[in-house]
Amino acid sequence: MVQERIEAANKKVMKIILNGQPTLLDIGVAGEVIPGMTKKTILHAGPPIKWEKMSGPLKGAVIGALIYEGLAVDEKEANKLAASGEISYDPCHHHNTVGPMAGVVSASMPVWILQNKKYGNYSYCTLNEGLGKVLRYGAYSDEVIKRLKWMENLLAPLLKQALKLHGPIDLKTMITQALQMGDEGHNRNRAGTSLLIRELAPYIIQTKFSEKEKIEVLKFIDSNDHFFLNLTMPACKCTLDAAKNIEFSTIVTAMARNGTEFGIRVSGLGERWFTGPAGIVDGLLFPGYTAEDANPDIGDSVIAETAGIGGFAMAAAPAIVQFVGGSAKDAVNFTLKMYEITAAENNIYKIPTLDFRGTPTGIDIRKVVETGILPSINTGIAHKDPGIGQIGAGLVKPPMNCFEDALQAFVEDLETKNLV
Amino acid sequence: MTRINELFQEELKIINMGLESFNENLKKQNVKTVQVDWKPPTRRNKKMLSLLDKLK
Amino acid sequence: MVLKYLIRENSYYDSVTLMIITREVKKIEGVKEVIVGMGTELNKELTGNLNLLTPELQKITPNDFFISLDSVDDNIAKKAFAFVDELLSKKKAESEDYQPSTFESALKYMPDANLVLISLPGKYAVREAKNALLNDKHVMLFSDNVPLEEEIDLKKLAKQRRLLMMGPDCGTAIINHVALAFSNVIRKGPIGIVGASGTGIQEVTVMIDKLGSGISQAIGTGGRDLKAKVGGIMMIEGLKALQNDPLTEVIVLISKPPDKEVARKVLSILKERQKPSVVYFAGGDPEVIKEYGSVPGLSLEDTARKAVAIAKGMSIKDFTGFTVTNINKIIQEETKKLNKKQRYIRGLYTGGTLCDEAMIILSALVGDIYSNIPLKPEGKLSDINKSYRHSLIDFGDDEFTRGKPHPMIDPYVRQERILSEVKDREIAIILMDFVLGFGSNSDPVGEMIPYIKKARKIAAKDGRHICMISSVCGTEADPQSLIGQEKKLKEEGVIVMPSNAQAVRLAAAIVLSRRNSQ
Repeated sequence: MVQERIEAANKKVMKIILNGQPTLLDIGVAGEVIPGMTKKTILHAGPPIKWEKMSGPLKGAVIGALIYEGLAVDEKEANKLAASGEISYDPCHHHNTVGPMAGVVSASMPVWILQNKKYGNYSYCTLNEGLGKVLRYGAYSDEVIKRLKWMENLLAPLLKQALKLHGPIDLKTMITQALQMGDEGHNRNRAGTSLLIRELAPYIIQTKFSEKEKIEVLKFIDSNDHFFLNLTMPACKCTLDAAKNIEFSTIVTAMARNGTEFGIRVSGLGERWFTGPAGIVDGLLFPGYTAEDANPDIGDSVIAETAGIGGFAMAAAPAIVQFVGGSAKDAVNFTLKMYEITAAENNIYKIPTLDFRGTPTGIDIRKVVETGILPSINTGIAHKDPGIGQIGAGLVKPPMNCFEDALQAFVEDLETKNLV
Repeated sequence: MTRINELFQEELKIINMGLESFNENLKKQNVKTVQVDWKPPTRRNKKMLSLLDKLK
Repeated sequence: MVLKYLIRENSYYDSVTLMIITREVKKIEGVKEVIVGMGTELNKELTGNLNLLTPELQKITPNDFFISLDSVDDNIAKKAFAFVDELLSKKKAESEDYQPSTFESALKYMPDANLVLISLPGKYAVREAKNALLNDKHVMLFSDNVPLEEEIDLKKLAKQRRLLMMGPDCGTAIINHVALAFSNVIRKGPIGIVGASGTGIQEVTVMIDKLGSGISQAIGTGGRDLKAKVGGIMMIEGLKALQNDPLTEVIVLISKPPDKEVARKVLSILKERQKPSVVYFAGGDPEVIKEYGSVPGLSLEDTARKAVAIAKGMSIKDFTGFTVTNINKIIQEETKKLNKKQRYIRGLYTGGTLCDEAMIILSALVGDIYSNIPLKPEGKLSDINKSYRHSLIDFGDDEFTRGKPHPMIDPYVRQERILSEVKDREIAIILMDFVLGFGSNSDPVGEMIPYIKKARKIAAKDGRHICMISSVCGTEADPQSLIGQEKKLKEEGVIVMPSNAQAVRLAAAIVLSRRNSQ
């Protein structure tokens, strides 16, 4: 009886997820397009968190954002303001938004605007700043602020114009192609970035900006393999958001971390977050860094795995698994394991090495608890001190208690409805 | 004629749950075998299993 | 401090590969700091952080490969660079196959699986075995520590679904000529076996192979199948299947002493069909077996001999002797070498049924035998680590194997025991079994040889000779070579007999010969 209800609800959820059509429409300013944004709102990655509890990279990003917005002149002022209670912090997820690593979004930042054409809902994400010392890793030096300003004043307006000339971009198709070119959409985005720049280049050329400016923009995108990440993330977000709040469904609609806690949301459990301690990433560190330097897991980028790509598509990107001393076969095995905890195989994201089998999509909390298999996540490693940046990359898993707590809440819910 | 006699006519295809050495030895005999990566039920298990059973 | 760098233009390698190589090179003694990468801005920044950035490195592009290194001297730097190249050209071998996490996902991965081999801890094994049966798969349950009630439930369920439920505590089975768990590689032939004893099946199948014949199937039932409560469910299902099997011409049943009612039940079913059968119920009454039209085996070897004789259409004779031609000479020589005090036999066994068989044969010939698994309660050793008079020890029994690997895999306990036994001035003979086949140690004899040598040395110190007798339960096709194993023993002066029964009889003959000469 109850099993049938759950299966029916999950089927509905999977249909919505698999039919999603994430489409890139435009670029806008966060304060103007993101619902609920104010001058003193700072959105961040992961489940809700208070300033005092934030880890180094997130605090650094907040400080950087306050300086960028002109709300503070230096680190000292920013710190004071951040702790003052005047700033309202909220998860990106609560505003149809996702952000990589610290995921900090403030009012003046330019954001990609996506729409799930099938169901009409929108999603947003900032543009990727690049590698190394950047805001999302908690850096807030002059160089960082300068770059953010450049993005606001040149990169975004130019790309906005180019997009207008080009027309909307079907991201689902682009991601599908990228998956067949060695990407997995979370930690490996080189192919996606290449496809994007190829798509936009002719239109960038046609914008009414100077040659020097166009060259700057093209070089900027070219120098950053992860430029496409900030599109795969909101693509996954608007795909999954359409499947929220389906009663009796045990499918996970969001996974996210804020550097201190890891949180999940389940379709049948509405807006509730189920959290646990964010894990330490198991991987390779850049030369000069040791395990003691690493911050716990952080970022909304795990929305990729939630939607069936990222670590779940590792078989498509074997290079990733070398981060933990594995082999190409191990990459395949990571993906194969994920089929055991998901509800369906993706209808369009296919993996060539698995004979074009669809990626494992739709994490079912019942299966996670039953098998003890946790989702495999590919991610970057941030230095725990603000202002330093990325120090490596590797694999991480969520804490089991998120899924156990969600399961318990789910059963209790049914009990109050007298259905079990 | 039982299923046992049917088994005698088939090619053996084995699911191995437990000692990996058994699986290795089967592979040495060119037998199709799959090793289950079995883990004992962990903490909070009894509670979780009963929750899962409620949903079945 | 020596700074060395290397640049290769237009040489692309994956960043992850290079990170791993950096990590490996860092491990070389004498390398203080190193970075191996492509000439990206990020890498240049990291290189600068490590104080390894040179003006030349500053100029390279993301398409150029570089190594920058701080080492104690030139030689180390050279070594490191060579190592990097080695790693870059290394090919990684295929790693492990996919391992599904549950039975259900294993089924999805291999939907046409027909047998599930379970060796999980007892309390979890039952659930999995039941699940397998409910999914219409045959089961071999190696695990022990399963409550009798659960064994009965599993076997009843299996019977209902007409499936094999071999076990719990089933260590040996050969199905469709595949050696499962602890089994030997046996020639194909017309003899089908159902056994409630692991090493019993091993010894009989090995003897059949040594006699030039072969088997169709060897079905294990687990040790408790012929207990009253279990009622012989699997032995009956097994022998029915063999009766229906066109490739089986002779049926052999093997078990420890069965419950009398169960024995009769099983024998009466054997009687129902046309195929000839040989039955070894250890220590059982041969008359009862004859009553039901089967041929009783007097030892595991005798059982094999009779089955082969029937298969070859030859006459059946009881065999309680020796096939070794100069046996009397051996007996005489060994007897002479022993001094007046030496009179006892110590059996150090890894196979439980072989130990049982030895006790049965010996107690009839030389008197009381003590053991950790005695035939009678009075024979139980008060301290299983200390032998008393004639003692036969089964090192595979629970008391010895709690928390330790089985002696067929890990010889440690028997190695230690032979050294302590030999200190007893009253011992004359040490009996040992060596079980080969899949599952067993890769060199059971080789593991014991150093300890046999040491034991002889200890005895030689006070002028004692120790008579060592053994049999090797294995075939030439087993992973460990039978001939090689026997050779090693012979080179150490251990008398190698063709079967456990003959080894035991030889020990008895020497003891009796000594008694007569005194």
